[in-house]
Amino acid sequence: MAAMFQGVGAAAALSSLHSNSFDSKNFLFSPRRSFSVRKAPSFVVVRSDGTMNLDLNPEGRRAQQFIANAVATKEDISAASSSKPGHELLLFEALREGLEEEMERDPRVCVMGEDVGHYGGSYKVTKGLATKFGDLRVLDTPIAENSFTGMGIGAAMTGLRPVVEGMNMGFLLLAFNQISNNCGMLHYTSGGQFTIPIVIRGPGGVGRQLGAEHSQRLESYLLPIPGIQMVACSTPYNAKGLMKAAIRSENPVILFEHVLLYNLKERIPDEDYICNLEEAEMVRPGEHVTILTYSRMRYHVMQAAKTLVNKGYDPEVIDIRSLKPFDLYTIGNSVKKTHRVLIVEECMRTGGIGASLTAAITENFHDYLDAPIICLSSQDVPTPYAGTLEEWTVVQPAQIVAAVEQLCQ
Amino acid sequence: MALSRLASSSSSSSSRSADLLKPLCSAISLRRPISTDTTPITVETSVPFTSHQCDTPSRSVQTNAKELLTFFRDMALMRRMEIAADSLYKAKLIRGFCHLYDGQEAVAVGMEAAITKKDCIITAYRDHCTFVARGGTLLEVFAELMGRQAGCSRGKGGSMHFYKKDSNFYGGHGIVGAQVPLGCGLAFAQKYSKDEAVTFALYGDGAANQGQLFEALNISALWDLPAILVCENNHYGMGTAEWRASKSPAYYKRGDYAPGLKVDGMDALAVKQACTFAKEHALKNGPIILEMDTYRYHGHSMSDPGSTYRTRDEITGVRQERDPVERIRKLILSHDLATEKELKDIEKEIRKEVDDAIAQAKENPLPESSELFTNVYAKGLGVEMSFH
Repeated sequence: MAAMFQGVGAAAALSSLHSNSFDSKNFLFSPRRSFSVRKAPSFVVVRSDGTMNLDLNPEGRRAQQFIANAVATKEDISAASSSKPGHELLLFEALREGLEEEMERDPRVCVMGEDVGHYGGSYKVTKGLATKFGDLRVLDTPIAENSFTGMGIGAAMTGLRPVVEGMNMGFLLLAFNQISNNCGMLHYTSGGQFTIPIVIRGPGGVGRQLGAEHSQRLESYLLPIPGIQMVACSTPYNAKGLMKAAIRSENPVILFEHVLLYNLKERIPDEDYICNLEEAEMVRPGEHVTILTYSRMRYHVMQAAKTLVNKGYDPEVIDIRSLKPFDLYTIGNSVKKTHRVLIVEECMRTGGIGASLTAAITENFHDYLDAPIICLSSQDVPTPYAGTLEEWTVVQPAQIVAAVEQLCQ
Repeated sequence: MALSRLASSSSSSSSRSADLLKPLCSAISLRRPISTDTTPITVETSVPFTSHQCDTPSRSVQTNAKELLTFFRDMALMRRMEIAADSLYKAKLIRGFCHLYDGQEAVAVGMEAAITKKDCIITAYRDHCTFVARGGTLLEVFAELMGRQAGCSRGKGGSMHFYKKDSNFYGGHGIVGAQVPLGCGLAFAQKYSKDEAVTFALYGDGAANQGQLFEALNISALWDLPAILVCENNHYGMGTAEWRASKSPAYYKRGDYAPGLKVDGMDALAVKQACTFAKEHALKNGPIILEMDTYRYHGHSMSDPGSTYRTRDEITGVRQERDPVERIRKLILSHDLATEKELKDIEKEIRKEVDDAIAQAKENPLPESSELFTNVYAKGLGVEMSFH
């Protein structure tokens, strides 16, 4: 299924243009992005082909002036920043770059996980780091999630800044007690004496027929834990930015990566930048409906957006990025504009991110809604092995299109 | 000064304390400044150490009057504090869970004597006395137990969550065994930062069967971490006796490749000797296990009478023969380091101190409602954007 997708945006007015390439081998969506501010991503312009041209929306709906983020980085918006061209890399390389830069910057940062050292990481996120930083900073652990997560938390209590990798987020279920009670709660139960500046990261999500136990979406299980922050990266740009921000944060941050997104390619800036942990990302501004999504579903949404635009709709797509806490500022502004909300997520319907987000929006922005919120989630089933069944487990673009049509009736 | 004191300058002389009984000279008018005397005294531990995969430390422990009196004072204080907590609990001023340490004081006190505040200690929920040994005040204890603002965790932790960061006391943990990986993480941080200090991770005989212990021990041994795992074996995991829970109750041997030492946990001097030995070992050779053979007089917690799974005779038996405070008292008296009256005076003082702290804690206010939301996240949620 080599899916391509395109969208439109009037980015031509803005200076920096960034190219992406489609890597058909890996069946991954390679979005094209451009942004006005070197620090803040603005929106995704998705191409149907690999060319460099940008299709201007003939209706010119979008003004030349872009609001890069609703939670504005108030400076620089109009400034045409002609930054350096940047460099192209894949998402896993962006993660590695972020990690490496932070390890260089702060000697307290260390990495622990299975096969992160000599092997270089099962998804190559830590490749080369052990050679560069040594065995005491890039630590190969035995297969003992409960204890090495606990050890990471203990080390964080003293002021070290460990980055604990779960080879698959699902394995961290074995460390649930440590994450919930120690990671999340120690700052509170010690009356503020200890901070836990740990980063727990790893790939999750439904992959390519990996089976039920290797297709878990832990964001919904960990959401209620008080004291932690959760972010989900979806592009090389925000992967690097969120990784760096997470490491620098004094709070425990869980960074959700996705198995299928590691080979996305994008051009990112050369200079140092981070992404705000609590901020959502405006992927595609629009007027008719707010589509909230994160991680891999962003790409399904953007694919659906192409169809929707052809049908005359103007969806606003927001990658919420911050799963805990929700960026209700960005989301709220969007709801107030479009009055219709569609949530597209990969975790299961019951008790998922969408469920919580629906509640939050209903409670806060009820008056602005013209229609009930629709939440599209994965089915409440263990992920089956068979390819077709697995496809039906997660939300597909056609369902997104149908949902928007229903919302906009 | 050394009126009727036996000062042993050579450590090789192994004089048993029984030989040193001297009649107290009440007619002597000079007041001995007993509390500051640091002339070494050598005492034999009650039983020899047993070891697994390592040498045993000597049975002869070097101590002095000052230390012994500090032991007495600290343990008597802890004893009094725990008994007072019992009353407060029954008066419903302390709620929830309250796990009392009386009987086990020698472990906390002996350990502290062997180490510095640079070394880390982490323990489970029976943490009141360990907190005090690390420098916590009685007010902080009672206020926390009663959920008041002056508590060490601002009233938000409770009995099972005492912490004292400035003395490297890392708590205070409710989930059995979860503190051991944390403790090994502390040891990792010490090695990482080249602190030349060690971590004592305490757990009970019940927790000894937790898988994460063995996981953490394995990692600590692989990475040569200065971690000392201390099993406070009071022989009962809540209501289950050790022989019913552990196939092998020789906890000091269960480290397999890691060396272990079995210690009489009711003898503060033996504990001190073992901890000194363990610290030296851990700094050079990586993890070691200490099994402290100890006993708790109270039940598992205040909700447990402690008599359904053991006999009252057993409890009184231990109290008569092995009580840690009594042991030190006898040692002090036999070495003529203080009179009975002086010791009783100390105990009276302690009683008053405890009562005063309780009164002060009772006056202390409950947390403001805004405290509900503080310390969920570290200040400065998120990361500051570094625009440049």
